[in-house]
Amino acid sequence: MLDKNGIAKRIAKEVKDGYYVNLGIGIPTLVANFVRNDIDVEFQSENGVLGMGPFPLEGEEDADIINAGKQTITTLPGASFFDSATSFGMIRGQHVDLTILGAMEVAENGDIANWKIPGKMVKGMGGAMDLVASAENIIVAMMHTNRAGHSKLLKRCTLPLTGVGCVTKIVTNLAVLEVTSEGFLLKERAPGVSIEDIKKATEGTMIITGDVPEMVI
Amino acid sequence: MIRKTVDNVQEALKGVENGMTFMLGGFGLCGIPEKAIAELVRLNIENITCISNNAGVDDFGLGLLLQKKQIKKMISSYVGENDEFERQMLSGELEVELTPQGTLAEKCRAAQSGFPAFFTPAGYGTEVALGKETREFNGKMYVLEEAFKADFAFVKAWKGDEAGNLIFKGTARNFNPCMCGAAAITVAEVEELMPAGALDPNQIHIPGIFVQRIFEGRNYEKRIEQRTVRKTV
Repeated sequence: MLDKNGIAKRIAKEVKDGYYVNLGIGIPTLVANFVRNDIDVEFQSENGVLGMGPFPLEGEEDADIINAGKQTITTLPGASFFDSATSFGMIRGQHVDLTILGAMEVAENGDIANWKIPGKMVKGMGGAMDLVASAENIIVAMMHTNRAGHSKLLKRCTLPLTGVGCVTKIVTNLAVLEVTSEGFLLKERAPGVSIEDIKKATEGTMIITGDVPEMVI
Repeated sequence: MIRKTVDNVQEALKGVENGMTFMLGGFGLCGIPEKAIAELVRLNIENITCISNNAGVDDFGLGLLLQKKQIKKMISSYVGENDEFERQMLSGELEVELTPQGTLAEKCRAAQSGFPAFFTPAGYGTEVALGKETREFNGKMYVLEEAFKADFAFVKAWKGDEAGNLIFKGTARNFNPCMCGAAAITVAEVEELMPAGALDPNQIHIPGIFVQRIFEGRNYEKRIEQRTVRKTV
């Protein structure tokens, strides 16, 4: 079974040379730490920066330079700043190659819910609805089950949707799965996790063909 | 040169009234119009509708207006950092219209640019699209979203000049340029107000035509929400 860093490490392998990448808050943010350093990648943050670098050294924080998680950041050579409309132009116009975000629920038809629990938690969708409706290549990073132990990979989402039919790939602490017209296609198992374990934790339809290899991280 | 300068924040906010709709720039606490917000608190303007990506934190930014219950309605994309906001929203005291962030930005830009509405894929198939016209273009579904209408836009820039030209810094730019000229009156507060001619016309982010009033603010707090640092080079 993987921890959050393990999930981020596995997703980092999906980041290819020349990609512009938008990382969501939470596990997705960790992905930047594990991208190979022999490829050229630029991270976009929807509040208006392309070419995000690491956190600043102590004493060098600048209140005017933050990421979408409101964390102080730095920029790398080649970086640029822009307004919010331009930022979402990059996203809606599909100039961003890969979007990685978290989810509360994903359905076997690619629907995603990650912004609202009616009557309990309403923080808002931020940029998530724009991102999932626009990007061609969306990877969801999440734990396979919620805190109560219930599956987050469902036949149909129960929470208010963020987007419909948009998720293409899911990386969890247990597995890598792809969304297909027949359901979740199991591609890889996390180290030490059996197909049986994954089946038990997946409420939605799961397709298993042949030997499902263990992840190489 | 058409002068846009006013002496101070009091003069800049002349004409604000209860029940008006205001646009406020900023992302989180980054690039917010601190001086205009403080003046709205001082004037105790009530029943406000605020168009702002976020709602500040409990004791800063728009949180200051929330504390005094001056806000009737918020139009935002993300409000997660403010407990008082969440409390007022869940109890029904505060009306909230959550809008996808890109749609929020574009509704400002549309108002600025004279488009009454536009189609976006964001929110299709979700509760955001309820009651809205949808249409298919090239096999994909889109939602019709309308431009905002507002009485005042309050924006914060880094440098500005007497003609109202603006230059922003870093990610403090965010929604500010999109809101300039998107309301009946745009009020810009800047850290440094220069004479006309002092800013290179090649470097202007927002031309002064989109700004009606400009003033210099002093002692910006620029509070950091999440101070994150690394230890090694």
